[in-house]
Amino acid sequence: MQSQVLALNVGWAEWPLKTLGVLGVVLLPAGTTVYLYLFKMVSFMQSRLGPMEAGPYGSMQLLAEVGKNLQKEDIFPAKADRTVFAMAPYVVLTSTFLLALIVPFGPEAGFASLDTGNFDATTFDGVGVFYAMAVTSISVVGILMAGWASASKYSLMGGLRAAGQLIAYELPLILAVVGVVIQAGTLSLQGIVYSQINGEIFGFGGLGLPYILTQFVGFFIFMIAVQAELTQAPFDMPIAESELVSGYLTEYSGFRFLMFFIGEFATAAVFGFLGSVLFLGGWAVPPFVMDIFGIDEFSNWFNFIGPAVMATKMLILTFIIYWIRFTYPRFREDQLQKFAWKVLIPISLVNIAITGVLKVAF
Amino acid sequence: MLASVSLFAQATGNSWDLPANIAFGIISVIAIGAALRMVTTNNVVHSALYLLIVLASVAAVYILLGAEFAAATQVLVYIGAILVLLLFGVMLTRARLGGDEDLNYEQRWIGLGVSVLLFVVMTYSIWEQYGTKDEARLVGYEPQRTAEVADSIFSTYIVPFEAVSVLLLAALIGAVVVARRD
Repeated sequence: MQSQVLALNVGWAEWPLKTLGVLGVVLLPAGTTVYLYLFKMVSFMQSRLGPMEAGPYGSMQLLAEVGKNLQKEDIFPAKADRTVFAMAPYVVLTSTFLLALIVPFGPEAGFASLDTGNFDATTFDGVGVFYAMAVTSISVVGILMAGWASASKYSLMGGLRAAGQLIAYELPLILAVVGVVIQAGTLSLQGIVYSQINGEIFGFGGLGLPYILTQFVGFFIFMIAVQAELTQAPFDMPIAESELVSGYLTEYSGFRFLMFFIGEFATAAVFGFLGSVLFLGGWAVPPFVMDIFGIDEFSNWFNFIGPAVMATKMLILTFIIYWIRFTYPRFREDQLQKFAWKVLIPISLVNIAITGVLKVAF
Repeated sequence: MLASVSLFAQATGNSWDLPANIAFGIISVIAIGAALRMVTTNNVVHSALYLLIVLASVAAVYILLGAEFAAATQVLVYIGAILVLLLFGVMLTRARLGGDEDLNYEQRWIGLGVSVLLFVVMTYSIWEQYGTKDEARLVGYEPQRTAEVADSIFSTYIVPFEAVSVLLLAALIGAVVVARRD
């Protein structure tokens, strides 16, 4: 077992540090994207300033919101199933944390690879992508629990809509990623990063081969499916405020609402990390930049700059998510299901078939 | 508490991975408790949620055994698909808050008999196979690599794999045919 974090020997303190690290990876990007995009970008899109009072340019607004929610009364509806109602937000957050666990941030910087037990750069064998797709589906259970236990019609309708939507869009999400897996020849997220570094574009290796270039159809479907998995507009029927008050969140307030809120935006950020690993080359910079600085892809420097590179790529992907969220109006419920089953799934199946043929041909 | 842990350590011997054994003990207590509650509770949704705990515990045991692929499959198939569909169906039809008295089924004694019989048979066969602590038998039981799983599915077990795929496809088409009214 390695007891090095970023090449510093920390001994027994490794696991507490990793726990803190997972908390940081879930909470910090969530806070950053909420401030940058949900507060500021959407305000500028709508020709207003957004929060300006708390801190410089309203940068402390988030702390104010969290403080406000923590002070609120923890309300349970009179007829609610108290245990299930209380547990539901934890189930949703569990799914987010489990997802954040396997994202690689550098050659050795990561939490639990589920590959061969360590972040070994030479053997790429493991269940990385498959695990990620599996734990994504746990959040549906939490949403169904919230919808049922609230003892409210709006909540139940919202929960059912959410479950139908998440089941429908999980398939294109998985199928879109299969193209990348075929091309990289491994399920391991670390292996996918390395195969992108070592890839070549028509014999030119200076840029590596980010799979967004060859798998752009997969990337497109991945981003749409992520949008739907996060129940962000234009896929926000489960919490459609004009029809269902607030869907499965209707009866939640205070701390438990805050947990759902954090879960939603943290999952957006973690999907951003996952998307940058799968399609944008992960923690690596293009090989010609590595040549300039005279380092290779196993260099310890990547344990330090890898997280920053990942954060940059994640911010680009989450920017697209929020940009679309605030640009397009909501789909109708039946249009949503049709779009998943009749458009996205057939396209992603064709994408897999073509990728497979090309993989064998070249 | 500490005494019971050290007893447990003695019983399992030093040659085995002690932290894994403690984790296995905790997980199995959770799984058995949840399984008992699942069949005794009066509420359909609670029953499904206890089933979730049981299935998740089994996935955790797979991880302890080094079978990561099986664990991920367990989560994806049983929790992500089957359990969600079960909850979905229950909530669409009858999911009263509070309990249902008529959930106490008359045939539960037969069910109890069957499960005891199954328990005895499985315990006996596992004990016969591995119970003697003969470590020579366990040589070669290393954590499974995903690539090895894939290789054996698509070479040694290709015929059963394809047969199961066709069977599932037939079931899928059958479900569509049954569900269509026209």
